[in-house]
Amino acid sequence: MKLPPTRRQLLTRIGVTAGSAAMYQAMTRMGHAAGTDFRSPPALSGAKQGTTVVVLGAGLAGMLAAYELKRAGYGVRILEYQNRSGGRNFSLRGGDSLTELGGATQKVGFAPGNYINPGPWRIPYHHQAILHYCRAFGVALEPFIEVNHNALLHNSASFGGTPQRYRDIMTDFNGQTAELLAKAINQNHLDDVVSADERHDLLAAMRGWGLLDVDYAYRKSDKVSLRRGWAKAQGGGPDGAPVPSQPLPRAEVMKSGLWQWLAFNMNYEMQTTMFQPVGGMDMIGKAFARQVEGLVTHNVKVTRIEQDERGVTVTYDDNNHGGAVGQAKADYCVCTIPLSVLSQIDVQARAPLRQAIQAVPYASSVKVGLEFNRRFWEEDEQIYGGISFTDQPMSQISYPSHGYFSDGPAVLLGAYMFGAAAYDFAGKTPEQRVQAALQQGAALHHQYPKEFRTGVGVAWSRMPWTLGCCATWSEESRRKHYRDLTEMDNRLVLAGEHASYVGCWQEGALLSSLAAITQLHQRAVRAA
Amino acid sequence: MMRRLALATAVFAASASLCSTGPAHADAASSAGGGPAIKADSGQQVYQHVCQGCHMANGQGGVGAARIPALAHNAKLESAGYPTYVVLNGLGGMPWFNGMLSDAQVAAVITYVRTHFGNDYKDPVKSADIAALRGPAPTMEN
Repeated sequence: MKLPPTRRQLLTRIGVTAGSAAMYQAMTRMGHAAGTDFRSPPALSGAKQGTTVVVLGAGLAGMLAAYELKRAGYGVRILEYQNRSGGRNFSLRGGDSLTELGGATQKVGFAPGNYINPGPWRIPYHHQAILHYCRAFGVALEPFIEVNHNALLHNSASFGGTPQRYRDIMTDFNGQTAELLAKAINQNHLDDVVSADERHDLLAAMRGWGLLDVDYAYRKSDKVSLRRGWAKAQGGGPDGAPVPSQPLPRAEVMKSGLWQWLAFNMNYEMQTTMFQPVGGMDMIGKAFARQVEGLVTHNVKVTRIEQDERGVTVTYDDNNHGGAVGQAKADYCVCTIPLSVLSQIDVQARAPLRQAIQAVPYASSVKVGLEFNRRFWEEDEQIYGGISFTDQPMSQISYPSHGYFSDGPAVLLGAYMFGAAAYDFAGKTPEQRVQAALQQGAALHHQYPKEFRTGVGVAWSRMPWTLGCCATWSEESRRKHYRDLTEMDNRLVLAGEHASYVGCWQEGALLSSLAAITQLHQRAVRAA
Repeated sequence: MMRRLALATAVFAASASLCSTGPAHADAASSAGGGPAIKADSGQQVYQHVCQGCHMANGQGGVGAARIPALAHNAKLESAGYPTYVVLNGLGGMPWFNGMLSDAQVAAVITYVRTHFGNDYKDPVKSADIAALRGPAPTMEN
């Protein structure tokens, strides 16, 4: 008997006969591979021997550009302001020190093995470019826990300031909403929009989704407790019978606004599965750096970018040699310098590109890493990874998605915010940031003061090499400037998360880099 | 220090808006505590809770790969119109504050900066001056 081909066999056959693009399309139609628009590394064939490219910035965008261009046969070098590669991809561990604008220096006191990722920290499963290169460069990944039903949701002004379990808010919000909708249907308030058939379907859906009883009421029951948990947990033996839990008052559930965190986690970019590199986000930056070893000159500050019909000249202060002025010449330039910095550099380009460079401000964001003597969130509260949210300025606590059940000190993310609260946190001294995160976090975990060991607070607006966290596009600036920013200007092309629609994510940096080098290659081949 | 921290918490907890514009950045769960409104009345409060995150507590700014301009002893503050334009619309890497700060807050903080940090421009900036220069705020993506 001949069985019909499995999906995998079918895809292999399509791939063999029609090529990878056809396979990709087939996969997409069959429900696979519908991630960002990354398909495969670019095939840059036919580069003219001896063509050179200078890449500005050794973050992920710059290193990827250098890696792929070198593979294609270009002569490549990278200039980097910092004394390390990786850019915003970095991790802080015990022994590291961090100096910010204004001069404050933090010495990280974490125990061996502990770290915090001040920049990128999680990777959605559909960010296929970064996942592709992690695999290609041998970066081990593990699950990052975004959603934890046992984590906490907290509004200082609701429930007497007591944090609620994510699970309870989710169950009650769904149940209470379903109950109201069922009531509206049963009282014939929706007859003008709901047909008799649909009415039946809707009622069935509300009962199942919201756990309503025979009277379409959402109330304390075994059924509801199987979702929101019990007042007395299920046990064994003679006294094993559970006691159901009491739902929260509906008006307060609605008023608390805690549903917004359920909605946040429904975002495409927050959906499971998410990943993190084993051992810290900088495993990715380090893996990229290994691929471009020998190509990077660190400690040089670009001051001018000029181009004419013959090539590109980049002028820099060489901080390896007392700030001596140096120049790098090449046929082409890929510039990944953040716009917050590039907007202050003399760039010779068409007016629309220069205007675009000036048009995109950078967000402020702060992260605080806190180390505690023990994993009280696991030991006392059964919280394993995931995020608790609060209306306080520190906004959230993310528990480590690794090292579960281990003894000894552990680090959690004790604050992470953008917007007004980030401006406020950034304006504090590093010690004040840590203290504020501790003080606010104690409203969620009483163990904070007793178990605290050490912390670090990173304000992105004070990082000397970016002066901000990531690009902030408005609808108006995107319409007016995005195309000008991303199109190659004679011999110069820009890349970085700012030159993408996946802003503030590493994926955006990589996609923009691939788009940039594809343009550059087409330009170079045309010129050859 | 604890008193100042307590104040900051109160200031921002009060301003937390659940129906804010929501996370403006893909990776940010920032709507709580980071809503568009900032509750700070005096120019000094606005400076401390917003401006000094970049321009520093002493108004000296900073220099790295690029520069955050010093507001101290800054001759560009002589005409109030310039800082008003910059605060409302942003400049280069600096974000716009139109939509986040009220006319009164912008007026207060500009008046504060123009009379502190070694600046001595005594003509006060009024809310009406700001209102006259304020256009529609940009629309955040998402």
